[in-house]
Amino acid sequence: MSKPNLLDRRDVVKALLVNRKEAIAIGGLGASTNDITAAGDHARNFYLWGGMGGAAMMGLGLALAQPKLPVVVITGDGEMLMGMGSLATIGLQKPANLSIMVLDNECYGETGGQTSHTASAADLVGVAKACGIVDSRAISTMAEVEAFAVSMQDVATGPRFASVKIDAASLERVLPTRDGMFVLTRLRSDLGFAPI
Amino acid sequence: MHVRADAPTDTASTTTAAWPDEIFAILQSFDVRQVPYVPDAGHSRLIERVLACSTMRGIPLTTEEEGVALMVGAWAGGQRGALLMQSSGVGNCINMLSLTQIFRFPFLTLVTMRGEWGEFNPWQVPMGASTQSVLELSGIRVLRASHAQEVREVVEAAAGQAYNALTPTAVLLSQRLIGAKVFVK
Repeated sequence: MSKPNLLDRRDVVKALLVNRKEAIAIGGLGASTNDITAAGDHARNFYLWGGMGGAAMMGLGLALAQPKLPVVVITGDGEMLMGMGSLATIGLQKPANLSIMVLDNECYGETGGQTSHTASAADLVGVAKACGIVDSRAISTMAEVEAFAVSMQDVATGPRFASVKIDAASLERVLPTRDGMFVLTRLRSDLGFAPI
Repeated sequence: MHVRADAPTDTASTTTAAWPDEIFAILQSFDVRQVPYVPDAGHSRLIERVLACSTMRGIPLTTEEEGVALMVGAWAGGQRGALLMQSSGVGNCINMLSLTQIFRFPFLTLVTMRGEWGEFNPWQVPMGASTQSVLELSGIRVLRASHAQEVREVVEAAAGQAYNALTPTAVLLSQRLIGAKVFVK
């Protein structure tokens, strides 16, 4: 089901990553990881096919290990709801190079479109702000997405959080590799780490 | 209020035992940089050492599974982690432990045991009784230390296989080692 004036998820992710420079992008389980793939495969893309609720924490571990690189977690409302406590953990650590963008379609699109908590009750921007992530924004225009993409490059002023209300239409699947070792080794190699 | 059965007069109590400092030294020698934890009394000394250390970052979690995901990110970014938790937290981690097989990253967790050896709280017993099985079913190798004198060599062996052989490993620190809690008014 589609509502008018909602952003297209592929447009949002493409705008976020089109000028990504050195940024590492983590795609949460579900359509978000497909959106990152659709924007273009990249050695610094980290695709998740499981571990639901863990995307933001992987972003935190990466951001703390690589403080000079922008790290952006792109995930859905259902995945973020499952890891909501991690917003408190991130709010406490305050990694200045970490950005989180939730693509909020207010439903579990992968499993039949069941309504999620964000449709009528949960306000993830409010949660993030209340957890100490001061720069937490609700985004509704492409201009705001583009501004977020610029600020995401600033590794001294995060963490930051954004939730974008997107169209719930299911799009053609663009699937990344399902091989975790491949994406991990490729990313580590791109960052200059040799195999053990 | 909860107090240690062996505190404060017993010299082998948690607050004065040397083994938490030995664990800290081992984590340092393996260049562990991120130490996610959910607090437990048995880990209190080690947590204090981590938080006071300039090369390690102690990271308090809201639930233990966060630590498993964090360690994947840390390793992707070139750093080693070690997860500190209590036996009840192992149950919270189950699905996230699948990441240890998907990513074959260096996973070490140090688990203080409850629900055994003179436990006074029945609510701790079910998870304590299944902790080792849950870890093993999840593909984690399990070592156990029950006496202060063996902690160093057990944790050294665990860290060696976790960090050098990428073999996900848990060390269970027995309630016999850390001392059973008693309940007093």
